[in-house]
Amino acid sequence: MSYEFMGYVRPDGQVGCRNHVAVIPSVTCAGDVASAVTRQVAGTVGYFHHQGCCQLPPDLDRVTETLISLGCSPNVGAALVVSLGCEGTDTERLVESIRKTGKPVRVIRIQELGGVSAAIKAGIDAAQELVMEISGLQRTPVGIENVTMSIKCGASDTTSGMASNCVIGYVADKLVDLGAAVIFGETTEFLGGEHLLARRAVNQDVARRIYEIVDNMERRARSLGCDMRRGQPTPGNIEGGLSSIEEKSLGAIVKSGSRPIQGVLDYPERIAGRKGLWIKDTPGREPEILTGMAASGAQFMMFSTGRGAPQGFPTMPVLKVCGNPNTYERMKHDMDLNAGRIITGEKSIAEVGEEAFQAVLALLSGKQTKNETLGYHSSIDIYTMGPVI
Amino acid sequence: MSEQKLALHVNDKDNVATIFANGIRSGDEVVIKDKNGHTETVQVLGNVPYGHKIATCDIPKGAQIIKYGEEIGVATRDIQKGEYVHVHNLDSMRGRGDLPEEGERTHEL
Repeated sequence: MSYEFMGYVRPDGQVGCRNHVAVIPSVTCAGDVASAVTRQVAGTVGYFHHQGCCQLPPDLDRVTETLISLGCSPNVGAALVVSLGCEGTDTERLVESIRKTGKPVRVIRIQELGGVSAAIKAGIDAAQELVMEISGLQRTPVGIENVTMSIKCGASDTTSGMASNCVIGYVADKLVDLGAAVIFGETTEFLGGEHLLARRAVNQDVARRIYEIVDNMERRARSLGCDMRRGQPTPGNIEGGLSSIEEKSLGAIVKSGSRPIQGVLDYPERIAGRKGLWIKDTPGREPEILTGMAASGAQFMMFSTGRGAPQGFPTMPVLKVCGNPNTYERMKHDMDLNAGRIITGEKSIAEVGEEAFQAVLALLSGKQTKNETLGYHSSIDIYTMGPVI
Repeated sequence: MSEQKLALHVNDKDNVATIFANGIRSGDEVVIKDKNGHTETVQVLGNVPYGHKIATCDIPKGAQIIKYGEEIGVATRDIQKGEYVHVHNLDSMRGRGDLPEEGERTHEL
């Protein structure tokens, strides 16, 4: 069986399921100008992060590389970079790297243009021209192997590991078997289940790397000398019945399905045509993981929840699978799929899994997710390692 | 929602089951069901919210608490069969900056 969807084929061969003009502040200080531009020009979305200056060089590189990867992602048809002029990120490298994909890129510089009002005017004009340039692009049929799915669970409870994560695991296995790519992360939520992941690594180097990222994350968590509980699991997780990070992790990794793990991607790294199941080294918090996953080049995310997480991302649709039947009834306008029917015994994992796969095909061809229709899509920030200085 | 007060036991090695019923009070009976469809009726000790766990056998203080066939923590006191298991009697063993360094964790490869 082969599956197709209607996608936007980019000049570099990647395939998008959305066609946005991304407005990219190269530093947090350019965010207000970028925001004014996106409010005025239909067809644009902004990456309103809080990084890019007064950070140590490895973090500045990480911010530059993450913004490059976001600009290169297949759902971005064109990009407008908004620079202040004195930032720590490498704006020239950002612009040139996105331009190499063949998509239209423009840049405005606030200090050079003479301030905020002049920059907003220049930004609106440039963004409008970019929208005019790409908005006529047509979708064409493409194979499912062009897809990279990212996965996550958030606002979890004990239904997540027994229902919604099982559904995502079903879809993940199916996509891997069809020649597509799947990426999961949340390294903190490997604690207590890392040996199960390491056993699925394609070789010992990958197994070693899985243990290494978990050890590094646990070291960071231990660094303040306290019990991690309340940070992870969160108060909501605990109220939902999750007693420890180990219990949360064992339920969380279910969403990665059962296929071999090919390797570990660094936070800003792109999937770049690789196939199969991959890990991205990220924390569990939504803004940072959604950003890291979109930077991978994933066209969409499947997101499992028990207590009801509404978040989305500017350029990556997020399909919500709810494991808790009570929450689904309460939050129908945020939840795309009811996996609570597995808990109540009405449906099997495979039955809801097939429904989810059909929902994914529809999403890829343009059907909006609930977070998109509500415009709830600003969960963005870049995960950095060192201090702000 | 189903009227039956159900608790799911997901792995044969587990010593806890998860209750998927609303408003369970101390003294109520729930039906613990495993993967193979076997059932056992147990009296619950403690008021257990939806999605929370009970012990499926006596668990002595210091013993591992097992779910999904894996350790999810350690009992901080003796726990009776049917008793509510959560943060009040289960301690996490990971990310514990408040405990002394245990040295490098060994990894199976």
